[in-house]
Amino acid sequence: MKPEFWSITETVKHVITGEITAQQIVDGALDRITFLDREVGAFLEVDKDGARKQAAEIDRKRAAGEPLGSLVGVPVALKDNLVTKDLVTTAGSKILEGWVPPYDATVVTKLRAAGAIIVGKTNLDEFGMGSSTERSAYKQTKNPWDPSRVPGGSSGGSAAAVSAGMCVASLGTDTGGSIRQPAAFCGIVGLKPTYGRVSRWGAVAFASSLDQIGPLTRTVADAAAVLQVIAGHDPRDATSLEAPVPSYVDALTGKVEGLRIGIPHEFFAAADESAGPEEEGLGFTPNPGPEEEGLGFTPNPGIEPEVRAAIERTIAALTERGAITVDISLPHTALALPAYYIVAPAEASSNLSRYDGVRYGKRVDASELLELYRRTRGAGFGPEVKRRIMLGTYALRSGYYDAYYKKAQQIRTLIKRDFDRAFRFCDVVLTPTTPGVAFQFGAKTSPLDMYLGDVFTLSCNLAGLPGINVPCGVTTGGLPIGVQLLGKPLDEPTLLRTAGVIESAVGLGTRRPSGAGGI
Amino acid sequence: MAELTRKEVEELALLARLHLEPDELDRIGSELGTILAYFGTIAAVDTTDVPPMTHAVPVDLALRADDPAPSLPVAEALRGAPKRDGDLIVVPAIIPGSES
Repeated sequence: MKPEFWSITETVKHVITGEITAQQIVDGALDRITFLDREVGAFLEVDKDGARKQAAEIDRKRAAGEPLGSLVGVPVALKDNLVTKDLVTTAGSKILEGWVPPYDATVVTKLRAAGAIIVGKTNLDEFGMGSSTERSAYKQTKNPWDPSRVPGGSSGGSAAAVSAGMCVASLGTDTGGSIRQPAAFCGIVGLKPTYGRVSRWGAVAFASSLDQIGPLTRTVADAAAVLQVIAGHDPRDATSLEAPVPSYVDALTGKVEGLRIGIPHEFFAAADESAGPEEEGLGFTPNPGPEEEGLGFTPNPGIEPEVRAAIERTIAALTERGAITVDISLPHTALALPAYYIVAPAEASSNLSRYDGVRYGKRVDASELLELYRRTRGAGFGPEVKRRIMLGTYALRSGYYDAYYKKAQQIRTLIKRDFDRAFRFCDVVLTPTTPGVAFQFGAKTSPLDMYLGDVFTLSCNLAGLPGINVPCGVTTGGLPIGVQLLGKPLDEPTLLRTAGVIESAVGLGTRRPSGAGGI
Repeated sequence: MAELTRKEVEELALLARLHLEPDELDRIGSELGTILAYFGTIAAVDTTDVPPMTHAVPVDLALRADDPAPSLPVAEALRGAPKRDGDLIVVPAIIPGSES
């Protein structure tokens, strides 16, 4: 038996029938982590004792004939910005080094109740701020498909762990693409649910109006199974929605006849070669395409040809199965990037004010309190976090609020209205998840260059919509390509159904990353 | 949006409660100038009569019943405090020159 690449359904079935014990599954997962993670670096903390205890409890329950949950015996990893009782949680930051939370996040409580086994905490860009996991204060995580490349981010450790078969599923958080983009880079499924679908209680806050927790898995059915467990209202999160939770698992009918797939032309606009190279040391090409509404720029940094081809094959596969494509327009797409990078840092600057060296986390002593705050934060935060706190403080400062934060929030309304209009003509929106495949370590040197890689994933968070990445092919160089589907609020069932069809038509099948150790 | 002056960057760092070394002040100052220049493009967008979006999905103001329930025990809540005196957290002087 090779449980490391089993699906959730297979794992649960084998545990329930007793063909394998939870203890055996956990021992296998821990061995694999020990063997592979020296190279991959997906985990910040592996909870061997905790995992074995959970497994023993499951085996006891089974022997006693007690009810078993829908994720029984499934090894799950958690992004290290989800708090875990008695298990170190750092959010990838030195300011929380060694912090042991006194409680579990709601999603963790729900996973445990369903019988999932928490094997450890995964690496991330500090506080979720990054797109490559290079901004972790602790370690580098390598892409299992090519160790010279990043796994994406910020949930890079969660994506790499699932991709390499070190666990069956993981949770990540997605503020601007942090689940979908690493899922695309690592060739797995990543789902960002509708804002409010999943409780954020116990998620280390980055940008509270954008953050959402979601699953990273190897199959669409597994994503549905995890969402089924973590979705739902939580009285501890005032933004969580009271809407009933439908059956996501039953949504996977394998059919797309008559489904209307919106193709937003703004996402596919060809890059204008004449725009020229970098300007004045900005480190990015600010005007790569035709002007839109006099904005003077488009968001599109140019889709790599192999990505474009894979997306076109995906669209063709869907239409062959009876889906209908609809050209749609999301005219304010170009504004998503600047709006996001005002809203997210503004909210982050407020959220991160709690790390001041007083109540928990790192402290750098000083003779006065103000100096203690400043020294602690100066020493505890990394460069990207400092940059965003400064940017956010600037945007929220007296006299600038209307010009930046309020303006950006108004632009969110425009972006949301674009989607509302588009969804009158289509059921899902299809785009590439990323303009290109996983890049080399150190390839994105300027902050803006890194931010531009997020152009396709940001609007989903700004509008609060659900979004999913599904693998849809590999490049000739052997790197995975992902397609993104965006849905109406709370319409995760249609996203999952469409994703399931893409998976069976153009997915990766049994293809595994070479970095999975060939075992 | 022009480049931020060194003084502006220092003021911002104080507002953000961040101690930044001189090289960080230089680097962040120049990076912020670039990023803000790019983000300044949103100023040209007409948002007359467009309400700001406060939340992605409309939710009623969530009020719950005022039912007392157990919360985190004090000892647990204080477990991560860097410096304690019994159930109190110790900090240095709040007003410069006074005693801690």
